[in-house]
Amino acid sequence: MDLFDRITRLGAAAALAGSVALGSAAATAQEGDPIRVGILHSLSGTMAISETTLKDVMLMLIEEQNEAGGLLGRPLEAVVVDPASDWPLFAEKARELIEQEEVDVVFGCWTSVSRKSVLPVFEELNGLLFYPVQYEGEESSRNVFYTGAAPNQQAIPAVEYLMSDEGGGAERWVLLGTDYVYPRTTNRILRAFLNANGVSDDDIMETYTPFGHSDWQTIVAEVQEFASQGLPTAVVSTINGDANVPFYKELANQGISAEDIPVVAFSVGEEELAGLDTEPLVGHLAAWNYFMSVDTPENEAFIAGWHDFIGDDARVTNDPMEAHYIGFNMWVQAVEQAGSTEVDAVRQAMYGQTVPNLTGGVAVMNTNHHLSKPVLIGEILEDGQFDVVWETDDVVVGDAWSDFIPESSVLTADWTYPWVCGNCETPRFQ
Amino acid sequence: MPIRVNRALVLAFALALVLGVLAAPSRSLAQEAEFAELVATLATGDFAEKTAAIAALTATGDPRVQPMLEAMADRRLYLREEDGLVAIGEDDAEGLRLIDVLTGEEAGIVGSRDVDRIRANNRMRGIIRSALGTMTLMNPDAAVRLEAAETVFRSQDEGALDALEQALAAEADDAVRAAMEKARAAILLGSEDAVLRLEAVEALSSFTDPDIRSMLAALLVQDQDGTFAETDEAVRAAATEALDAIEQRLALWRTAGHIYQGISLGSVLLLAAIGLAITFGVMGVINMAHGEMVMLGAYTTFVVQQLFRDYMPGLFDFSLFVAIPAAFLVAGAAGVAIERGIIRFLYGRPLETLLATWGLSLILQQLVRTVFGPTNREVGAPSWMQGAIETTAGITLTYNRLYIILFCLIVFAGLIMVLRRTPLGLQMRAVTQNRQMAKAMGIRTGRVDALTFGLGSGIAGMAGVALSQIDNVSPNLGQSYIIDSFLVVVFGGVGNLWGTLAGAFSLGIANKLLEPYAGAVLGKILVLVAIILFIQKRPRGLFALKGRAVEA
Amino acid sequence: MTAASRPSGYVPLLMRLDRGGMVLLSVLAAAAIAVPALNLLMPPDSPFHVPTYLVSLWGKYLCFALLAVSVDLVWGYCGILSLGHGAFFALGGYAMGMHLMRQIGDRGVYGDPILPDFMVFLDWDQLPWYWHGFDSFAFAALMVLLVPGTLAFVFGWLAFRSRVTGVYFSIISQAMTYALLLAFFRNDMGFGGNNGLTDFKDILGFDLQADGTRAALFVASAIALAGGYLICRLMVTSKFGRVLMAIRDGESRTRFLGYRVEMYKLLVWTVSAMMAGVAGALYVPQVGIINPGEFSPANSIEIIVWVAVGGRGTLYGAALGGVLVNYGKTYFTGAAPEIWLFLLGGLFIAVTLLLPKGIVGTLSQWWQGRRGFGLRKRARPAVPASEGGAAE
Repeated sequence: MDLFDRITRLGAAAALAGSVALGSAAATAQEGDPIRVGILHSLSGTMAISETTLKDVMLMLIEEQNEAGGLLGRPLEAVVVDPASDWPLFAEKARELIEQEEVDVVFGCWTSVSRKSVLPVFEELNGLLFYPVQYEGEESSRNVFYTGAAPNQQAIPAVEYLMSDEGGGAERWVLLGTDYVYPRTTNRILRAFLNANGVSDDDIMETYTPFGHSDWQTIVAEVQEFASQGLPTAVVSTINGDANVPFYKELANQGISAEDIPVVAFSVGEEELAGLDTEPLVGHLAAWNYFMSVDTPENEAFIAGWHDFIGDDARVTNDPMEAHYIGFNMWVQAVEQAGSTEVDAVRQAMYGQTVPNLTGGVAVMNTNHHLSKPVLIGEILEDGQFDVVWETDDVVVGDAWSDFIPESSVLTADWTYPWVCGNCETPRFQ
Repeated sequence: MPIRVNRALVLAFALALVLGVLAAPSRSLAQEAEFAELVATLATGDFAEKTAAIAALTATGDPRVQPMLEAMADRRLYLREEDGLVAIGEDDAEGLRLIDVLTGEEAGIVGSRDVDRIRANNRMRGIIRSALGTMTLMNPDAAVRLEAAETVFRSQDEGALDALEQALAAEADDAVRAAMEKARAAILLGSEDAVLRLEAVEALSSFTDPDIRSMLAALLVQDQDGTFAETDEAVRAAATEALDAIEQRLALWRTAGHIYQGISLGSVLLLAAIGLAITFGVMGVINMAHGEMVMLGAYTTFVVQQLFRDYMPGLFDFSLFVAIPAAFLVAGAAGVAIERGIIRFLYGRPLETLLATWGLSLILQQLVRTVFGPTNREVGAPSWMQGAIETTAGITLTYNRLYIILFCLIVFAGLIMVLRRTPLGLQMRAVTQNRQMAKAMGIRTGRVDALTFGLGSGIAGMAGVALSQIDNVSPNLGQSYIIDSFLVVVFGGVGNLWGTLAGAFSLGIANKLLEPYAGAVLGKILVLVAIILFIQKRPRGLFALKGRAVEA
Repeated sequence: MTAASRPSGYVPLLMRLDRGGMVLLSVLAAAAIAVPALNLLMPPDSPFHVPTYLVSLWGKYLCFALLAVSVDLVWGYCGILSLGHGAFFALGGYAMGMHLMRQIGDRGVYGDPILPDFMVFLDWDQLPWYWHGFDSFAFAALMVLLVPGTLAFVFGWLAFRSRVTGVYFSIISQAMTYALLLAFFRNDMGFGGNNGLTDFKDILGFDLQADGTRAALFVASAIALAGGYLICRLMVTSKFGRVLMAIRDGESRTRFLGYRVEMYKLLVWTVSAMMAGVAGALYVPQVGIINPGEFSPANSIEIIVWVAVGGRGTLYGAALGGVLVNYGKTYFTGAAPEIWLFLLGGLFIAVTLLLPKGIVGTLSQWWQGRRGFGLRKRARPAVPASEGGAAE
């Protein structure tokens, strides 16, 4: 999409939104009226770097669906807003989308805090949110479908791999993360998992850094020293977006190769590597449910469609984009099955929906609102892509509540009868 | 120290040894079949089978093994789907040119869909590397020999002892000799003979290396009933002594390392702040768009590098030398435009410059986001900036940071020269000190203002070139430095460049000395609190301007 | 208020209002009655119905307006440019958030009767000491005033006593909010880290999601804004206020005249911080989340922008600026999501260059010009001709 095109589209969008705001008469769903799809991703501020792509992918999916004849005989219409990486603004925009714009479904959010911020709004107004990013779990809302990975679909398989003979048989672990909920929770789960597998606390180093941390000299030196104890050491990185580039640059410059100390990351994908000279990073790992390099016909078509839509063959695809792809297609199927966009009907129809993964196999929506997806581990290649070195034999069921945290292991999320509950120890109906 | 060798590996070695003994001098047909079998296992076996095959292949001493394993480690070894041929692939314009590993002959050109890459993950490459390690101890290239010695040192593999001693006898290069001695001592540490072990400990005590520390510490570990891992008392005593000496030297090095890191952080802060020291410190403009000038510089670097990639890929290493003046000009021109377009209407209302430049920074961020996209842009490092000087003590001085320290000092010195030694500098100082008087003396104050602002912005742009080497090149780049920059300027004393220099380095070093004890976050908070308290003591910063200018 | 700000006796409160103040109070009074009425009494399909969405949104704007008034008090009348007022706002918000958190009780996802959810999954076994007492609304309300007030008092006492002024003060106030930002991001602090506090259920026993509660919070915000405005107006029209303006226009001279400048500054600074705290406390239940982002230096700079846009040194102008800029942000982020930053940034530049006295300053200048009064004679001491000692 070139600049001019963008501006004209914006103009149209602005005019449209303006007229909607002026008119603002309650449009009830009628035959031929568009089905409105809200897109709640930051287009400015710190998270724009990741979220703008997701907005574009949603516009692409909607465009494709319209070309295929829309949904229930009605066209789809995207309603884009900019919550500007401002968490309270997320809540405000969510309310605006549901109450004022009367959207039928919302695709959005990236950070946990933005999701936490909009959660009460969706529950109060009975909206429907598709959340596409890997996260710390410990949540299952009636009004949210989580299409990203839960910790057991990303963190635990990655650690298991690094522990295995094949992965290097790591015995000492550095858990490195940005200081927020996702790394804290993930590392708590991982520590419990490692302890259960005979790793003592002396062999685990846990370090947190502030957001956007850019000076990694000290920490990388510490990691190097921690690793010089004669035992194979691995680093598990939950470092958040912006801080990754300086971290990897420091790692490369201090000469830490993946063969000495492999670093496995849960927030580094193709998009993050696109801004980086990846040569010194070759061999470091990432665990995801999707890699652009996976060679399947579905993926090839998806990538071609994306390049076509965005008008730039250099753009990459990544895991959260696949999550939106799966989420959107499941929603389309559920709407068709329910014959309506009404939230409760769609929600009921969502359970058990299947959509082919872009990496092969089939994703299934479970009654805990999490997906069953395969887990892949890739090593970084020179060209910023990943070489898949390991994958699960079968899909892994996303766990809303971790088995490794005592207070959450007793909880169950199941939104069908007899449970009908996101966090219960016993079914609500018996 | 227990020697950690994969059990499969040992088995395979034994097997290979037996095979080797039985082998006749000439390559028999049976051996050739055996070799082909191993190659096939390498391609299709599971992880354990592959590792065993690597060991067995290494043991054959066949000249075809080394290129094959190197190709596998570099992910250039392929399996042709139709007939199971194992071949090294070379990129060719038409596809992949295959070279049969068994015959060394070309096996045609195929597309990427026709072959499977033989997976070699980190672990596999590590195994290949150490298998090749002993083979490369006699390599003509000293750097390769050094790496081989390091590999042997780390593996502490007894099987490599003979090869190591042979290599040692022939070695002429001092650095490689030292590394080999170290590797030999590390292997001997696991020897049965206490005399040899004692000798090894003494040899190791002269090195300052965290790896050796942990090796020695392992000797002194007591198990539950109180017996030491090292049974000989004399060896234990020597180890304790060596450990203390190493520990002391390491502690010294570590402090030196922290101070170096502090200087390096300080240089980054100084680079980011130095432009602001002019626009804010000298001109009094609360320039919230300063960070965006840094960002413009970083994006200029990106564009320049892109041009180099497209038109002169061979000269890529020199791209930064073009990027530095280009960034200065781009950001400087933007600065002049901003001054003429906005700031000049606001002199005498410094606080309002805050609002205007804040608005400007929002616009510039969004502009860059629209033009270049919201994602990070890749700025490459020229080869001379990659890598590091590694001291054995575990301290790494990375080249990019060394160059940034150097660059920042050059920029600082250059700026001082401009202000002290050029007519423009004289006029700038005159206008800042007394605008009316300067005007009366015939200085075109408007022009000087524009040039001063341009100079400050241009320097910010050059800082952007340097920061693009260590940080994200994204629309948010500027935002992450603006607060620190203001703090540095204020801490050093507004209007005093030397204050900015001292401020940047003292904040950098303080931050880095605190970080190991307090952690990155708490360390930074402590530094901020210290600044707040410090300003109470010296309300005008480290180096306060004296005289009437202060109250004016 | 303290003795210093007590009215000199015979000037009744309402007489101290200027025209803008009258308008502001009337509008607030009308809104406080009309908005809840139209929201609660009108049927949803009536064209006069005010959706709940707008009630909360405007309630939020009113909180921002109060915050802007508090900044205008110190900046417009005393020349103290605070780049850290967001910190006081956020602290007030956190105090309220902690109370609302405790009110959740065992309705959290883990069902722990005492510990908030984030403490449970971070494996804390007991409530940290500083969380005690927040189950009581009265205590929390007290803390809304005391926590920002105490921080402001200590910070101001240190700064004003050592005569830290101008940009030095601005930058260290920015350092203060930045340090707090980093501190509150730390999960070890026990304030929920980056996620902050959210998922509130009810306040004083009323369901936060009920229309009635939202309307009540709107009215409370309107009353708080009116009250805050009146307090400020009282302060600035008294003798105390004249000294403040003298400090703004010539700090050293005022000191030489025998006034204890630092005491005046300290008092007005602390009062302003408490008002910001109240604004934060009312903001939190209406938006449903408080997190460290509120401490970010950019937010504090934005407050300054609101005041400047509205008109510095008029109080009601600041309130207007707070509402207008935020309304613009709401509107543009929805209507023109990809170019709204151009519009907002352009607005700031345009206001600075074309309307140096802000919207109300320019309007009243124009109004007075039309009425034929000499500007010089009638111009209120709103914005000094030059910033004086404020920046140099």
